[in-house]
Amino acid sequence: MRYIRPLSIEDAAGLLADSAGTAAILAGGSDLLVRMKGGFIEPDLIVDIKAIDGLGEIRETAEGFSIGAAVPCAVLGENTALQKAWPGVVEAAKLIGSKQVQGRCTIVGNLCNASPAADSVPALVAAGAKAVVVGPRTRRTIAVEAVPTGPGKTSLAKGEIIEAILLDKRLPRSGDAYLRFIPRTEMDIAVVSAGVNLTLDEQGRVKSARLALGAVAPTVVLVEEAAEVLIGSKLDEATLERLAKVCSGACRPIDDKRGTIEFRRKVAGVLARRAATTAYARAGGK
Amino acid sequence: MAGVAVSTTINGDNVEFLCQPDETLLDVLRDRLGLTGAKEGCGTGDCGACSIILDDRLVCSCLVLGAEAEGRHLETIEGMAHGDRLHPLQQKFLEHAALQCGVCTPGFLMAAKDLLAKNPDPTEEEIRFGLAGNLCRCTGYDKIVRAVQDAASVMKQA
Repeated sequence: MRYIRPLSIEDAAGLLADSAGTAAILAGGSDLLVRMKGGFIEPDLIVDIKAIDGLGEIRETAEGFSIGAAVPCAVLGENTALQKAWPGVVEAAKLIGSKQVQGRCTIVGNLCNASPAADSVPALVAAGAKAVVVGPRTRRTIAVEAVPTGPGKTSLAKGEIIEAILLDKRLPRSGDAYLRFIPRTEMDIAVVSAGVNLTLDEQGRVKSARLALGAVAPTVVLVEEAAEVLIGSKLDEATLERLAKVCSGACRPIDDKRGTIEFRRKVAGVLARRAATTAYARAGGK
Repeated sequence: MAGVAVSTTINGDNVEFLCQPDETLLDVLRDRLGLTGAKEGCGTGDCGACSIILDDRLVCSCLVLGAEAEGRHLETIEGMAHGDRLHPLQQKFLEHAALQCGVCTPGFLMAAKDLLAKNPDPTEEEIRFGLAGNLCRCTGYDKIVRAVQDAASVMKQA
């Protein structure tokens, strides 16, 4: 096995593209090293991306925020501007693992590990976040929901790396929120989760909405019907009931040791309405 | 197979070592450098027994490669006491009997040190959340929490 720490993203992409055997990207290592330890992967090449300029930074630009692929989730929580603009994304990222894991794990890693239960992903999808994908000679920007294609699988081609996650500049009267169900108080994997992002008009009615559910299908589910239910409303009781019903119906869950199909459907609706209520309050709605 | 040459700082000392590319930092500390304070409990980042501080971040050294230590600053449990003079956290762990078998203790001490460095006056809830990445199968945690609370009050007066 070789361990290489390139200084540019193009070099990193080139190393991955040219590798003959199994190659792995190392940022926080909180998934990769566990999989190596368990014998699930034996990489011939590890490309550590942490020395690449800019990948360890959160940049605030005219368009919004750019979160580098090597930024640990703990740093998201310490960034007051990001926390203020995108509290739902930050609360989701902060739920991943313990203090020890927070100091290492990244949202790009969470996305590319492609677990259906990944905490940061529904929040990012609800936020309309984009991923900057760099190959040896290519660079493209895609929606976050286009990255995972199934459990453990992504749409990235050999040699491609996600350089950063982009979040838009916040419009006035906007708020987002993320909630998950776990059977204990923390340090667990989501049984069901929901991310909601809302922008209100001047009268406090929902002008635009995105809602994503986690752990209820092979990949994160962007529930477009939920947005239709929410838009134009002030989240009155009838709207919230319809929202819960639509979200329960959008689930394609499995039965497993952490929850049944019936339970996941029910809880998806409950979390969707609660997360929507929080996002609405954060957007200044009353 | 040629090793990776690594130059790093551990508890303020410059340290150089050779390791295999897939070797964890925990294995390097224990097996190559003789720093056996960090323990391997699970080896998968769940128990916190191998906790160290890497550039001011608490991490599980079982989830870090030895090669990643290049140019970084590491703090391990071996750097906590000054000679025979124990750190207030170590002293309070003894006074409160906040350990039984002791395997988790170095990890708890590093996690508590990191917690108090960032939050010198934590509530009980903040202590419990801050130490949630460390498992102890003997004490039931209460004595550990009391020891950290007591150490925090001593350290504030110092």
